[in-house]
Amino acid sequence: MIPTSEPKARLRPGEGAIARLACLVLQPVLTRVVRRVAARHPSLFARLGPHQTTDFLIDPVELPFALHLRPDPQALVFRAVPRDTAPQAGATIRGRFLLLLELIDAEQDGDAAFFSRDLEVSGDTEAVVRLRNALDDMDGSLAEEASAMFGVPGRAVLARLRRAYPDATKPQEYA
Amino acid sequence: MSLAELICPAGTPAALRTAVDAGADAVYCGFQDATNARNFPGLNFTPVELAEAVAYAHARGTKVLLALNTYPPAGKVDLWRQAADTGARLGVDAFIVADMGVADYIARTYPGIRLHLSVQAAASSPEAIRYYCENFGVKRVVLPRILTIPEIRQIRREIPCEIETFIFGNHGLMVEGRCSLTNYLTGQSTNMDGVCSPASDVEYVRDADGSMSSQLAGFTIDRFGPEEKAGYPTICKGRYAAPHRPEGYYAFEEPVSLNLSRLLPELIEAGVHAFKIEGRQRSKSYVRSVVRAFRAAVDDIKAGREANIADLIALTEGQKQTQGAFETKKWR
Amino acid sequence: MAVKTMTKLTLGPIAYHWPADARRDFYARIADEAPVDEVYLGEVICSKRAPFHEADLPVTIERLERAGKTVILSTLAEVMLKRERKATEDLAAMDAPEIEINNAAGLFARGKRPHRIGPFMNAYNEATIAWMAGKGATHVCLPAEMPAPAIAAAARAACALGLGVEVQVYGRASLAVSARCYHARAHGRTKDNCQFVCEEDPDGMPLRTRDDRPILRVNGIQTLSESYIDLLPEAARLVADGVTHLRLMPQAVDMVAVAQVFRDVLDGRVPTGEADARLATLSGDAGLSNGFYHGTAGYRRIAAAAPA
Repeated sequence: MIPTSEPKARLRPGEGAIARLACLVLQPVLTRVVRRVAARHPSLFARLGPHQTTDFLIDPVELPFALHLRPDPQALVFRAVPRDTAPQAGATIRGRFLLLLELIDAEQDGDAAFFSRDLEVSGDTEAVVRLRNALDDMDGSLAEEASAMFGVPGRAVLARLRRAYPDATKPQEYA
Repeated sequence: MSLAELICPAGTPAALRTAVDAGADAVYCGFQDATNARNFPGLNFTPVELAEAVAYAHARGTKVLLALNTYPPAGKVDLWRQAADTGARLGVDAFIVADMGVADYIARTYPGIRLHLSVQAAASSPEAIRYYCENFGVKRVVLPRILTIPEIRQIRREIPCEIETFIFGNHGLMVEGRCSLTNYLTGQSTNMDGVCSPASDVEYVRDADGSMSSQLAGFTIDRFGPEEKAGYPTICKGRYAAPHRPEGYYAFEEPVSLNLSRLLPELIEAGVHAFKIEGRQRSKSYVRSVVRAFRAAVDDIKAGREANIADLIALTEGQKQTQGAFETKKWR
Repeated sequence: MAVKTMTKLTLGPIAYHWPADARRDFYARIADEAPVDEVYLGEVICSKRAPFHEADLPVTIERLERAGKTVILSTLAEVMLKRERKATEDLAAMDAPEIEINNAAGLFARGKRPHRIGPFMNAYNEATIAWMAGKGATHVCLPAEMPAPAIAAAARAACALGLGVEVQVYGRASLAVSARCYHARAHGRTKDNCQFVCEEDPDGMPLRTRDDRPILRVNGIQTLSESYIDLLPEAARLVADGVTHLRLMPQAVDMVAVAQVFRDVLDGRVPTGEADARLATLSGDAGLSNGFYHGTAGYRRIAAAAPA
């Protein structure tokens, strides 16, 4: 079960300012990541079909901001947004950050996460299914790929992130 | 002892490579259209992708089975014929079919390619199976998930073809190929369009108390409490009220998956030739875990060792598993 | 409405577990009063029920035939157990009356001798119908979920081969069958100790969604639509498209009157609009639907286009 209720209710005092700052810092990274992925995995867009222009809100429940993805090959959008200014999304995917990362990397099974209620989807279900299938058809690890773009510091951040969430990673392999 | 081949699902090229690498003896897949029963958005193969997949699988000694297991509505038969032509040209090892017209076309046009009878044909008796064997030269039947092991053993004695049974995955309750539940609510047909609870008609609605309603075409199929495990939004796994069950109950089946890992030796002994893992709509993470686990188990059994099946419960629907009809006819 | 009077009206097999005396009364009335041309008899859904009414079959057949009706015996939709295999084989061995086959086990037993193809046989297309005709099929009942263009294409192909073509135009649609008995399940029993609890629901056991919307009906191992299919407004087009037989599925309503409404429209005696209003009244609380025919959700009711 995801330990939160409505996004807006989650905003704590002072969090708005932190969220806006975090988004500013993060944005250049996100832009580079998404451009790189789009260039290396063009088949991804075919599987998205009509949902290339859908606005996805990826909502890591424990972070102070959400991610807005619009996988339009003509005008890619991937940006961090404070929850209080998040756009009206066609589809929302909500869960713990590392779970979302592992879903993107096909380390975890989306249906299983849905059955266990760790993953919540709302809005256009077909859009979510298409995005899932498109991402699942990519070989290799997106997280590795993205972190490698930033050399040693990037990989260190990813490793630290994974260590910080021992309960959500490997050991129990789907237990 | 039978071959105990492991037949594994592939919804995307990456999943196919994952299944091959994890030890599949054969993978089954379909095109991106109504010619197969997992015609889901963003899933399946283009002809170019299938060509690459066949090359990848064959280079590693793995067979590729092409599912053409839906029922063409009159006036649209050509789409199925073209799919068969493409599959034959790309060198698939077998076609999995349900419709007699499709079976007849392939049997006449490509007599050198194996025909497998899909579970969608719902052949559940020796006579029904023999009808397809004698008329279309079917080499293998995929049995409906409604038979006990003694019944499978009996069928095996009376038919001239191989038997494939499901051992893991989604546990369909209705006789496959005879279900119009989805069409009744959504206007899209499982038999003719290859869809089951299409995502375009599914909506998850979060209620104020943290519970979640799953809706299909505006009908509330189920409502899950905040801590309750969920299942697929299919009509046959929904909760309804009946005159004797005003509180609401799973009228057909709970969200639960089939897992026959403990019955593998008995199934082999009963004469089952091939074990099928359901889940072309699942991720390659699922494919990797399930194929690996069953590969190890089958290898252990073949070597005369006790099989030690990894825990796959987290991958099951509702995080619950059953041996269904295979274990006891009380299931019925 | 000018429609060929040669179009036959048929009465499908009773899907439910009606008590033996209710069946006797039902068929006596059908024989004496209902303007149907052909009547399908026999247990199609659950082999456990067959012993309750098998003994009456010879008398019922004789009674219906004496009234000028053609009688056809239908085989089981699901054949798995020994008794089901035997029942199918026995029916397939008969020379008269005609038989309608609902499972490939029946096709196997029948060989190339003449037979009808039932709605559970999945005769969806011209290739399959041609295959079946080559094996002795003389008549085909199309699946209830087929949309109009596919019905027309299938009917054209079947007519060219000299086959009769039948479409269900009234009653609940069969949406699924299973190995499990859902009537027994609702009462905490299994199929083997069901105690024939399905007898309590002569028009199926209603299921409602959690927000209290009627959705489906359970009939033993079968799941049916909540709404009754009603293709009375579409009858003229069905006939024009080559459909030769219109099937009424028995429901717990006045089926004699239902048959009369359809006959009146086929014969051009009553305008369709007026007849359809009468049909709605006869159908009681059941909603009427024609969504499958119009290529949309089966439960929907699509209004007829205004006549040109």
